[in-house]
This record gives sequence, C-alpha cells and structure tokens, in this order.
Amino acid sequence: MDRIEFHVNGKRVGVAVDPDTPLLYVLRNDLGLKGTRAGCVEGQCMSCTVLIDGRAVTACMEPVSAVAGRKIETVESLVDGGTRHPLVESFIKEQAGQCGYCLAGILMRAKALMAAKPSPTRDDIVTALDGHLCRCGAHARMIRAIEQAASVGSVAP
Amino acid sequence: MTAIASSPSLTDNPNCRDWIDIARDETVVLKSGKVEIGQGIATALIQIAADELDVAPDRVRLISGHTALGPLEAGTSSSLSVETGGRAVRLAASAVRALLLAEAAKLLQAPAEALSVEDGRIVVSGRATDLTYWSLAPAVDLAAPVMDHARPKAPSERRLVGTSMPRVDLAAKAAGAGFIHDIELEGMLHGRVLDPPARDRRLVTFDEDALRRSFPGVQLVRDGSFVGVIAEREEVAVRAIAAAQRLATWTAGAPVPADLRAAIAVDSSTPEEIVVKGDVDAAEGRRIATEVERPYIAHASVAPSCAIAAWRDGALEVYSHSQGVHDLRTALAMVLGVESAKVVVIHAPGAGTYGHSGQDDVAYEAALLARAMPGRPVRLLWSRFADFSLAPTGPGMIVNAEAKVGSDGRIASMRIQSVCQSQVFRPGRGGTANLIAAERLTDPFPKGVPVDPPLARGGGGERNAIPLYAIPNIHVSKRILRDLPYRTSALRALGGYTNVFALETLMDDIAAEIGVDPVALRIANLEDKRAAAVVQKAADMAGWPGPRVPGTGFGIGFCQYKNRSAYCAVVARVVCDERVRLTHAWAAVDAGEAINPDGIINQIEGGIIQSASWTLKERVALDGDAIATRDWEGYPILRFSEVPEVEVAVIARPEAPPLGVGEAATGPTAAAIGNAVRAALGVRVRALPITRDAIVAAMG
Ligand code: FES
Ligand code: FES
Repeated sequence: MDRIEFHVNGKRVGVAVDPDTPLLYVLRNDLGLKGTRAGCVEGQCMSCTVLIDGRAVTACMEPVSAVAGRKIETVESLVDGGTRHPLVESFIKEQAGQCGYCLAGILMRAKALMAAKPSPTRDDIVTALDGHLCRCGAHARMIRAIEQAASVGSVAP
Repeated sequence: MTAIASSPSLTDNPNCRDWIDIARDETVVLKSGKVEIGQGIATALIQIAADELDVAPDRVRLISGHTALGPLEAGTSSSLSVETGGRAVRLAASAVRALLLAEAAKLLQAPAEALSVEDGRIVVSGRATDLTYWSLAPAVDLAAPVMDHARPKAPSERRLVGTSMPRVDLAAKAAGAGFIHDIELEGMLHGRVLDPPARDRRLVTFDEDALRRSFPGVQLVRDGSFVGVIAEREEVAVRAIAAAQRLATWTAGAPVPADLRAAIAVDSSTPEEIVVKGDVDAAEGRRIATEVERPYIAHASVAPSCAIAAWRDGALEVYSHSQGVHDLRTALAMVLGVESAKVVVIHAPGAGTYGHSGQDDVAYEAALLARAMPGRPVRLLWSRFADFSLAPTGPGMIVNAEAKVGSDGRIASMRIQSVCQSQVFRPGRGGTANLIAAERLTDPFPKGVPVDPPLARGGGGERNAIPLYAIPNIHVSKRILRDLPYRTSALRALGGYTNVFALETLMDDIAAEIGVDPVALRIANLEDKRAAAVVQKAADMAGWPGPRVPGTGFGIGFCQYKNRSAYCAVVARVVCDERVRLTHAWAAVDAGEAINPDGIINQIEGGIIQSASWTLKERVALDGDAIATRDWEGYPILRFSEVPEVEVAVIARPEAPPLGVGEAATGPTAAAIGNAVRAALGVRVRALPITRDAIVAAMG
C-alpha cells in the first residue's frame, strides 16, 4: 500500500491505507479527527462535509486517494486552543443546535460560504445549507448564527 | 407547614447519596437516570441542583444514564424528565444542603437559620467561614432519606432556575465532539451486521465460506439469521457486509393487507373504552364529523444507531444512546443469558432521537458481536437502511371524531375513536426483550405482544384524544391493531399528534359550520384559564385573524400535552401555490415553572419544525411486510429553504410545578397547518401529509 500524503488543518499527514478508503474513515479512525460526522455514508445528508482546498465536499463520498497533496479542513480547525472561530462563537451564543450532530457539516459549509462571500444574505445562507439535514429543527437558529458571524466581519481565513 | 410533594423517581432511590456525592475535588457529583437526547435535560438538571445547593453550576458534574453508578430511574420519555427527574434532583439537593448545614451549625454553634452558602462555602451572618461542603462532607452521612431532610427553596429564592443558562454540552458539540460515535477504546474493533429485507424474513441461503475466502481477516459471527462481521478497520467491515448482503437469500414476506383501512377490516382487535362521560348518543345538536389519517412516520435521526460493547470475564459493558439504560440492561441480561449484575450500560449521547428507535437494538447486536472477541471492544454502527426500516416506526393511525353542537353554539358531545398499532413497546418491558435481532437467532426469542400504555401513564393511541374543552358528553375509545407485521413504538407525542390533529381540525370545522371565529370558539369552550391564555397569546402574536390574502391562510391548533403537561397553542401561516409552504409559526407555551426559558423555546421551535415536516412531507413507504423506505432520498424531510420563521412566547408561572414541554408542539402544529390550509383554499385535507396530491384528492 502506498502512502498517501495530504494536509489536514494545516498539518502534513500521511496514511498507508487502501486508496479507495473513504476520506471520512481516514479522518476519524486513522487521524483521530472524530468531529467529521457519519450520517448516511451515501452522499445524501451532508453531515460529513469538510473543506478540500476550500471547497465543501462530502467526506463519505471522497476516496482518500483523491485528496493526495490537497488541503483539508475539518471542524476541528474551528477551535484552536482557547480561540474559537466566529462561527462557533455565534452558534454557541445563539444556542444554535439541539442534539448538535448536524453542526460539524453545517459549520464547514458556512465557512466555505463566508470565504466566498463574506457578507452573505439570508437567501445565500439558505441556499448554501439546503442540502444539509437537521432533524431536530434548529434551522432558524443556525441561520441567525451565521448571519451574526458574518456581521462580526472577522472571518478567519 | 405544608407537606412537600415527593417524586416517583425517589421510590427506588430514596437516599441522598443515590443522587448526590460531595466529591473530594471541590465538585459535586449529580446522578440521574435521565439522559441528554438533544433536549437540554443535562443543563436543566444542573441548574436545579446548583440552585438548591448554592454552588456554581460548573462545580456540578453530571453522571446520567449509568446503570452501575446512577439511580435506578425510569427512562427518558413522555416529557417527564423535568417533572419527575428534575423534582427528585431538587429534593435531593435541598436535603444534602440541609444535612451539610446542620453539621456546620453544630461546629459553629450557630443556629442553622443564621447560616447561608456561597458557592459551597458556609457563611455566618454575612461573613465567610473556613467551612465548606467539602470540609464538612466526611462527617455527614448521605445515606439519609431525601424526604426526611428535603427543604426546597421557595420560588423567589431561586437564582439559576428560570434563567436561560447556556447548554452545558453544546459548546463541545459545536466543536465536533461529545457523541457516542466518537468513543475510541483501546483495541476497539469495527462491526457491521447483515440487514434482513424486513423484520420477519429469515435467511434461506448464506454462503459463509465464500465470505470467509474473500475476507480472510474478518471475523464472521452467525446465529440463525443474525449475521455480523468484525474487522480491524471500519471500511473493511463495510465492504465485508456488502459482500455478505450479496451472498444471502431471504424468505419471502407473508401477505399483508394493502393499507390501514384494509387492515382494520380484518384485524382481530376490539375497541377499548377509555373515557365515558355523560351520554353522547342522547346528546342533541348538529352533527359534525371528521376522519383523519396519518401514515407511518420514521424517527429519521441524522445519525445511524451506534453502540460499543466489550465482554471481560463473562461481564458485559455497553456504551449506548438508549433512552432507558436500566430497561436495556434487563433486556440484555434476558437475551444474553447472563445476570443483570453482569451487565453495565453507560449512556453516551447520540444524535437526536424522538422516541424508541434503533438505539437499544444496536446495543444488543454489538454485544452479540463482541462476545466473539472477548476482551476487545466492538463498535457497531447500523446502516441507514436499518435505522429507517428495522428500527420501530411511529405507527400509522386513523382517528374518527364526531361532535354535536347545540343551537347555542356550545359543544354538546364528542365521540373519538383512535385506531393504530401499539404506540409504545420498549425493550425490557412486559417480560420480553423486544430487541429485533433476538427474533432471528437459531433459538429465537418471542416477539412479545405489544401493550399500548394505559391512560394513567398518559395513554398511547388515546394520548390527547380526550378533549380539554368543557363538553358534557364524551366518549373516547381506542383500538390497537394486533395483526400487522410492522414494528412500531414511541415517536414524539405518540397518538397525541394525530388525535390533536383530529380534534383541533374538527374544532375549526365546527367554527365554520356555526359561523364563529375559531379562536373565539376555543376560548368560549375552555374553562381552564391557562389553556385559554395560551390560545389568546398565540392569536395575539400572530395578529389573528390575519389579513385576507388569496392563497394564504392562518390556522390555530392547541393542546395541553397528555392533558397534564405543558399547554401549547400554535398559529400557522401558510401560502398555497404549487405546494403548501409554512411561512410563519407563532407559539405560546405555559410550562409552569420554566427551568430554562431558552431551552423551552428551543424545544418548541424544534417541535414545530419537526411536526411541520411530518405534516407536509413525511410518509414511510410500506411494501407488503417490509418498510420500503431505505434512505434520505426516499424520505425527504423539511429543509432549510422550507422552514418557517418561528416565534415562541413562554408564559411564566414560577409558582406552578414545571411541566414537560418536549412533545407539546407536535399536535398543535399539525392542526394549525391543516386549519390554515382550509382557510387558504377552502378544502379540508384529512389524509396526512398535506401534499399537493392530498389537496387535489381532498378537492375531489
Ligand atoms: S455521511 Fe451523509 S453525505 Fe456523507
Ligand atoms: S441539531 Fe440535531 S440534527 Fe441538527
């Protein structure tokens, strides 16, 4: 098995696994980054959304071989020691979540949105999140939290 | 002094130390059988305990849902966690405080009344002393009965309770941590299990050797038609089970009636009288009737069910997101043939569950797999298919409701009959395990006969079928279907969702027939002032009756959950164009003493959105004996672009006991949407979900 190398949250990593292994399992089981969530593992719920070179992608549908040499960001990148990304801050402030299982994917999608469009409208937010499922019904709070994070303006790169 | 009311949770756990330990590290350990399922109960319990003890909330460490360390408390259901579990915590914490203060009074030679507590430190007449809970604890025996010492604070003395303290678990969850799915134990292996196409199908052929040849490193576990694989790596287990699926053939399903109506016609069940008041037959007035139907509904939690099990020296330890860890332990002991004392179940949060889904089943299946690998923990994740199709669903239901209305506009009578499969059949109850894999072993365990809960426990099929309106003649009955093969159990609000939809849409049909405003009709027939107040409040918030705009409608729905928990009224605004869009919902809720107002608001918002999703979109597909719904594509739920704006008002009643709120909004939301659609289009849609097709059919 060849070693596949890439960057996760700013660190260079390498794994020697079957190249078809979904990135989701590599992140969770080989790299210990448990924040990326398995929801359906069929590409239908978006719980497993991570950023690959800044683009939001479902990690369950991405073979690890496809990310060789690329830069991956997971939800763990949003908290650095005691510093939280404005999105995480505003989600906590708005208490945007019930069970919280959908949050990791939604936060990463929101991060990609804000990078592309630092002041998204409500419609932009809704459109970006429309593929994400939340069964608890915390949608309205999450939209509010993203609006608030955007208005803080301090979008981390 | 008036007697202090106890809590049913204290019956099996009467002593202070069943609930609270004063730990060495200047913290307080709080123990509860109620578990976090996304509803914020951990936060509410910590608020209650910290308030009674006068300690900072971050000193309270909660152990919840642990069969070895925690109290033997009934599971997390029926919106009772605050009403009974919270009450027990309040009493126990107050008793612990009283015992510690008594010891301090002795040492300080001061009357206990002169003492107060600041974050665990004893204060005499405003001056801090050297004494703390932690210095006093070694001399205080917490084996004392709670009810001998409980002295809960007066509402006016509470500081934390009643505030919207942020959720204690949400910051971690927003940073991607804190779920059962994330637990990694030393030497942990990954399991997957073979999904039968339906509950009652059994293996005809399964080529074990072929599977072993293709996956030499994978451990195969088989008992009858239960098959699982265990691998070092998760993706290998996934591939192996996919291969196993291709190597298996299954028995065909038995024939089944085509739909609920056909099933009712041939079912062996008989109706049960629930409430008979006055004489509905003798009552006089104009007859107005409805018959509503809800399809089977999935829990559709966003995460597949998960568990981790390990056997060591004949003893089993299981991490589970079960809502009832003690019942699960009983069930596991029964089907695994071990003593309960050898089984420990430890709760860890899963994704939101809204009743009894696959969380207990997966724990058993993990235990079956782990038994093949003693000493090694095995993590089992169910498939999306299993969560949709093998876990219990919320039963489909038909409700008939008929009113007679006198010429004075008063409702003279109501007759309601609810028909459905059992609404609750949890593991470990009624002498059967009710763990699905146990039904397909070589020596199978019996399925058991589901017993719908009686009215004394809030009822199942008849939950909220009894109108709260002041009606002199009432007849309520239920019929629990026995012969259908589908596995049904608790889904948020049980029969309350469909019963409230029936009753509250009937109320609007009555209002239309006799030409009165729907809000006015409700208030005129409600003697309970708190009920009338939430109806009025929701109407006021929405600007009732709202402007008349073609294609747009406002509707209201109301209930007091279980006729004894929280009161909730919802007004919905819909726009009907190519489909029905719920644009706004306004809700008023009276939950008695509000422990955490934002927690209540969050639960009501979520309840409204989930109910709107059921009401407008959801239907589990049935195919003979099988649940044909297998994935999200086949089971759309409300999306970000479809969620309404929601506004919730909490009517504060700090002097009243707290009332469970988690399930209160589901019925009223459905009725409000149905009534708003009628207001917008002039058609009464009685068959849920209210889709475009259902509207066309109703226009018929
Ligand atoms: S886990 Fe559902 S899309 Fe990846
Ligand atoms: S908060 Fe539970 S799924 Fe979104």
